[in-house]
Amino acid sequence: MDIRFIQGNDAIAWGALAAGCRFFGGYPITPSTEVAELMARELPRHGGKFIQMEDEIASLAAVIGASVGGLKSMTATSGPGFSLMQEHIGYAAMTEVPCVIVNVQRLGPSTGQPTAASQGDVMQARWGTHGDHPIIALCPYTVKQCFDLTVAAFNMSEKYRTPVILLTDEVIGHMREKFEMPDFATVERVERPHIPVPHEWYRPYGDTPSDVPPMANFGDGYRYHITGLFHDDKGYPTQRLDEVDPWIDRVHRKIERNLEDILLWDEDEVEDANTVVVTYGASVRSARHAVKLARAHRAKVGLIAIKTIWPFPVEAVERATAHARRVVVPEMNLGQLALEVERVVGRRKVTRVNIANGEMVTPQMILDAIEGK
Amino acid sequence: MSNNKSIDRTEIRLAGEGGQGMILAGIILGEAAAIYDSKNATQTQSYGPEARGGASRAEVVISNGEIDHPEVINADALVALSQEACDKYAGNVRRDGWIIVDDEKVGRVLASHVKIVRFPIMRMAVEATGKAITTNVVALGVLVGLTNAVSREAIEKAVVKRAPKGTEEMNMKALAAGFEAAQDYIGRG
Repeated sequence: MDIRFIQGNDAIAWGALAAGCRFFGGYPITPSTEVAELMARELPRHGGKFIQMEDEIASLAAVIGASVGGLKSMTATSGPGFSLMQEHIGYAAMTEVPCVIVNVQRLGPSTGQPTAASQGDVMQARWGTHGDHPIIALCPYTVKQCFDLTVAAFNMSEKYRTPVILLTDEVIGHMREKFEMPDFATVERVERPHIPVPHEWYRPYGDTPSDVPPMANFGDGYRYHITGLFHDDKGYPTQRLDEVDPWIDRVHRKIERNLEDILLWDEDEVEDANTVVVTYGASVRSARHAVKLARAHRAKVGLIAIKTIWPFPVEAVERATAHARRVVVPEMNLGQLALEVERVVGRRKVTRVNIANGEMVTPQMILDAIEGK
Repeated sequence: MSNNKSIDRTEIRLAGEGGQGMILAGIILGEAAAIYDSKNATQTQSYGPEARGGASRAEVVISNGEIDHPEVINADALVALSQEACDKYAGNVRRDGWIIVDDEKVGRVLASHVKIVRFPIMRMAVEATGKAITTNVVALGVLVGLTNAVSREAIEKAVVKRAPKGTEEMNMKALAAGFEAAQDYIGRG
């Protein structure tokens, strides 16, 4: 057994390698730099390429290009860089190019505090780029999940031809924990499908039963056009309503019809709970500590730890909170995912627990909220 | 152990100035617990944007069970190598916990109902190895010698693993110097 004591950021990089990532384009930024460092060291050993770009705009452009060229590709950044990447997140969504964007959240806005923790980019991960677009964002709360959800991020990005955001935070990224490195051969990987038609029949954005047209890599002989403009099934710009409407429907449908595969969450003792804590990322750690203490005092408290925060797991939260009188939502921000929880369970039931100064939510803050203090 | 009897946790905070090796000491302690003692451990850190200077701290939580909250809630032991670190964290040590300070850097210790241990940790490092850079390893020897947070065997293996090639012997000397001082202290009662 290969047992290590490593950071979340290291586990993200190992997860990427295990998933088959062979290109990293990025610009180092605290608290995500360890991902780039490890990829810079390991990618050449795995037959991949690492490029440090001039900024984060170029970084994601390079990642999208590498992915179109046939390599599973990723970048890693934090708030200021994530802001710069928004334009190309939209481009990847529009062009349906698989890629993984890691955001290790730090305290913002602006340069903020590079080494301080935050969960302030939750809404930016959903709506940071303009226009209606589908997105998947995954949120680990252990070092092991940093590995597993990075693999899941690559697999979902390939399966659904979409950018996937791994939205972690400074606490989880920099935290070291015991981690058992799996044999990469045992890691489930989704590879790009073979194109089943001759070159001249290929439609890069055509209708298919799965709503995910197979993607041909540039250089494989399938000539097609890629643009951020609305496009027809060959990729050429269009303003025809009978091409625009189906496109926007299809790219949302390809996510919505696969929620069972995409939505991930953990539940602790929600069955008899009259109070349920709903949270994600580092705040799960504080919440689980608080829930265990409350349970030790016979309080009927449960926990939902959300791992897929976008799309938001509406039905899971609805089910788990059905009998709850109080729903507590701790976050390292002034209330972002709380808006979604309030939408699902109603504003009156929700007690928000917020901190936005770079420190973690403490278990005591959550206990106080559970007890209605 | 601390905070609440229903949750098994040993919480250690190592604090000083950036460059004193407190974060590396935290990593070594966490590795000793997680890998060589086969327990669970988390290590977290807090530091400023500077490479040297500024406040720096590492926190290690050790448990036989799952560790949820990864940061110190109420420390079982604090190692403070600067006055600022001691002032900031001395009040967050549990009753009968340990505060270990470098007495050439820390004067006042604002805490009561705790065991306060004063050693010239950096001078001990220079005397044992000729290098102040081993101060953090001496501090680990003192800490583990006093608290048994991890086994001696585990901390020795963890120090050797993390020591740059060729410095293993020097670091073992530093660790031993810390243990010796801890044993003298315990022997004195």
